[in-house]
Amino acid sequence: MRGRFNLIATVVTSLLCLTAVQSVLAAGEVNLYSARKEKLIKPLLDQFTNETGIKVNLVTGKADALLKRLQMEGKNSPADLLITTDAGRLYRAKSVGVTRGFRSEILEAQIPANFRDPEGHWYGLTLRSRPILYVKGKVNPAELSTYEALADPKWRHRICIRSSSNIYNQSLIASMVASSGVEATEKWVTGLIKNFARPPKGGDRDQIKAAAAGLCDIAIANTYYLAGMLAAKDKGQRAAAEKMAVFWPNQEGRGAHVNVSGIVLTRSAKNRESAIKLAEYLVSESAQQWYAEKNGEYPVRADIPQSNVLKSWGAFKMDSLNLGRLGELNPEAVRLMDRAGWK
Amino acid sequence: MRTNPVELKQKITLQLPVLNCWSLGVVAVGLIMALPVLVVFGYIFVPAGDVWQHLADTVLKDYVVNSLLLMIGVTVGVLTLGVVTAWLASMCHFPGRKIFEWALLLPMAMPAYIIAYTYTGLFDFAGPLQTLIREMTGLGYGDYWFPEIRSLQGAALMLSLVLYPYVYLLVRAAFLNQSLCVLDVSRTLGNGPWRTFFSVALPLARPAIIAGLSLALMETLADYGTVQYFGVSTFTTGIFRTWFGLDSAAAAAQLSAMLLLFVFILVMLERGSRRQARYHHTSQRHQALVRFQLTGWRGVAAFSFCFGVLFFGFLLPAGQLLYWALTIAEESLDMRFLVLVWNSLKLAGMAAFLALLLALFLGYAGRLQSGWLVKSAVRVAGMGYAVPGTVIAVGVIIPFAAVDNAIDAWMSDTFGFSTGLLLSGTLVALLFAYLVRFLAVSLQTVEAGLGRIRPSMDEAARSMGCQSQEIIGRVHIPMLKGSLLTALLLVFVDVLKELPATLILRPFNFNTLAVRAYELAADERLADASYAALAIVVAGILPVILLSRSITRSRHEHTT
Repeated sequence: MRGRFNLIATVVTSLLCLTAVQSVLAAGEVNLYSARKEKLIKPLLDQFTNETGIKVNLVTGKADALLKRLQMEGKNSPADLLITTDAGRLYRAKSVGVTRGFRSEILEAQIPANFRDPEGHWYGLTLRSRPILYVKGKVNPAELSTYEALADPKWRHRICIRSSSNIYNQSLIASMVASSGVEATEKWVTGLIKNFARPPKGGDRDQIKAAAAGLCDIAIANTYYLAGMLAAKDKGQRAAAEKMAVFWPNQEGRGAHVNVSGIVLTRSAKNRESAIKLAEYLVSESAQQWYAEKNGEYPVRADIPQSNVLKSWGAFKMDSLNLGRLGELNPEAVRLMDRAGWK
Repeated sequence: MRTNPVELKQKITLQLPVLNCWSLGVVAVGLIMALPVLVVFGYIFVPAGDVWQHLADTVLKDYVVNSLLLMIGVTVGVLTLGVVTAWLASMCHFPGRKIFEWALLLPMAMPAYIIAYTYTGLFDFAGPLQTLIREMTGLGYGDYWFPEIRSLQGAALMLSLVLYPYVYLLVRAAFLNQSLCVLDVSRTLGNGPWRTFFSVALPLARPAIIAGLSLALMETLADYGTVQYFGVSTFTTGIFRTWFGLDSAAAAAQLSAMLLLFVFILVMLERGSRRQARYHHTSQRHQALVRFQLTGWRGVAAFSFCFGVLFFGFLLPAGQLLYWALTIAEESLDMRFLVLVWNSLKLAGMAAFLALLLALFLGYAGRLQSGWLVKSAVRVAGMGYAVPGTVIAVGVIIPFAAVDNAIDAWMSDTFGFSTGLLLSGTLVALLFAYLVRFLAVSLQTVEAGLGRIRPSMDEAARSMGCQSQEIIGRVHIPMLKGSLLTALLLVFVDVLKELPATLILRPFNFNTLAVRAYELAADERLADASYAALAIVVAGILPVILLSRSITRSRHEHTT
């Protein structure tokens, strides 16, 4: 009998202790919903915890779903921060009202104005470029100029690109709508589809592999996929990537299309200070370098030395469009691609 | 066949529902299980503006046609693979049969999107096989014909290869349980194995075939990973595109409603085919099974067919994963990996157990109460199986968050004490989503098991003075054991593979094998995903073997 009482007492005491410990920890915690995969965020979070003692709790997932969860949980949502991997979702987070604008001298000083929201509802963390990749020896780079020129009949059945369901394609088309309007863009998309080497399938790496294997001469893909393939342990992937070269389009005009991965502070954030600290940490020199080295993304800060792979592709002019527009124009871009018949 | 006149009368006159504990309980469970789907459907009444018009003008036709073609392809695929292997493995004798008996279930442990990735890796234009062909022949793109794996046909093939075990499992159990007298009569009438198969065994196994097929088709409709990767536009890819790309929850809900219409028709077909006849055994005599001896080329053909199915459904993709894991994966095993394994097993075990309890409750209610209210509530409870996991997950988040926030508001107003979110973002919400999604699996299996217990057995037991509990303990449980185990293990394997709901609903710092495999595969780093994918397969194999053993044993128990 006594034994049982002791047991109960122990359990109750430890539960109480646990609650107490949790509430103490809560002071130094921050809760993060991340559309970045665990592999590409956890090491930085661990580093942050080491340096500051602030614990970071993480849920990863698809951006749309995390956003929905945040929206439904409302003011009681435990999340303090949301990270997405494209500007469209950052804009959507703001427009559905789950973000809280905040100001940070560090963030404002480090991040160029077109890569953050004017009211501080979202900040870009890394840049992801989507240029034209071509097979060395099969395409003379002098033949290439702009995205627009890819609709020219001379590229008939020579282009590989993934499905229009993909957000990076939607953003690219949105940027073209922003630059030349719906009608011209739709006409361009219709021409581009005629130049597809095959119906769209697979992801960005697939397009690169297909081009390297001879199925098409041009692939449109984000550069960090190419960087990933160049660094892969699989020599097949390395060989494929080595056959490709990067061409920066629209250098005479608006510049090559770039997207951002970015961060928002949620409306419900209860650990505001720690959360902002984490956001600032993610644009620190070491974090920015880590992204460039580990995942081949471009730093959002101009003063960070680029990794060797990035350097080898040369400097380029980026489209200076404020990326909020990409989100705004996203539904228009999808409709346009539906009408043109881009699968 | 025979229909009881009293039953017929009951069917014609619509009864008023009898309200008692059973029917109230069933209706409550049905409503709760249907809640996520209903919540999403609530958006139907939100005007979708011109989005719907846009869809109808552009892509809707593709969604409908592709979904239908995919269903037809999978129907042909799973029936051919499932029924033939079931017949061979249970009723014939040929070399290797004993191994095939359980090994043919292995593809079930392979998530559809994983097999899709491995096949693409092998047979795509840039893959090793086609590269080899080009190197050997010097041909280029377009110079030779090779089946395009990433196509509608390819998707139907991938899904058939991993979904046929549902048909195999249920049909094999049905063959084994078929009264041998019927088959003997067929043989004494001079029918060979072929005639016996087509004119006796197949029609008798129809309920099992259709039950297995409808599970496979519901999985097909809910599949997102495979069709998305293959670039096939179906309802599921359309729902996501509309919801997130076009930013229209209302139009997405309307697409989901159309999808459910498909499911509803499926369910009705299944019910319809079952209603015409009751498939109870007419004889008590179960004797030792005399298998058709397949020798010579027949034996070779049977072996080759079963081996081919096993090879393409399991050995090839699993071998490819293993090869990747050992050669080019940049990930390795560590302690954190064990946590993933434990999390996956824990969730799958709990969900399987809960789903079994619910299925038993609903199954018995359906058996004891014949009113339309109970029957439809039971059907509604199983609807979630065909709905894509993401849709279910969002349907779970909305009511959970609403209730949590309401409790919080009330507590704050009344006691000045904020409770925050109590259940949202916990394993409770996740387990609930699993139940909504997979209840149909355990329900189908339990109902099929209950269907084999003739009402006359209850009556006989009662006439011998057995109370209800005794009937359950001494008649039902021994007879149901196989079905219960099947239900448990099917849900277990399904939850192990489940991805979208897990991804959205899981708590902080909580990952499973499926999540890990997906994160790497979605980044097109399939080789790195191979460890986690293999672990899912290995964790799924053990239950699959247990399952097979129990079915074989159930047969032996009958015969002794």
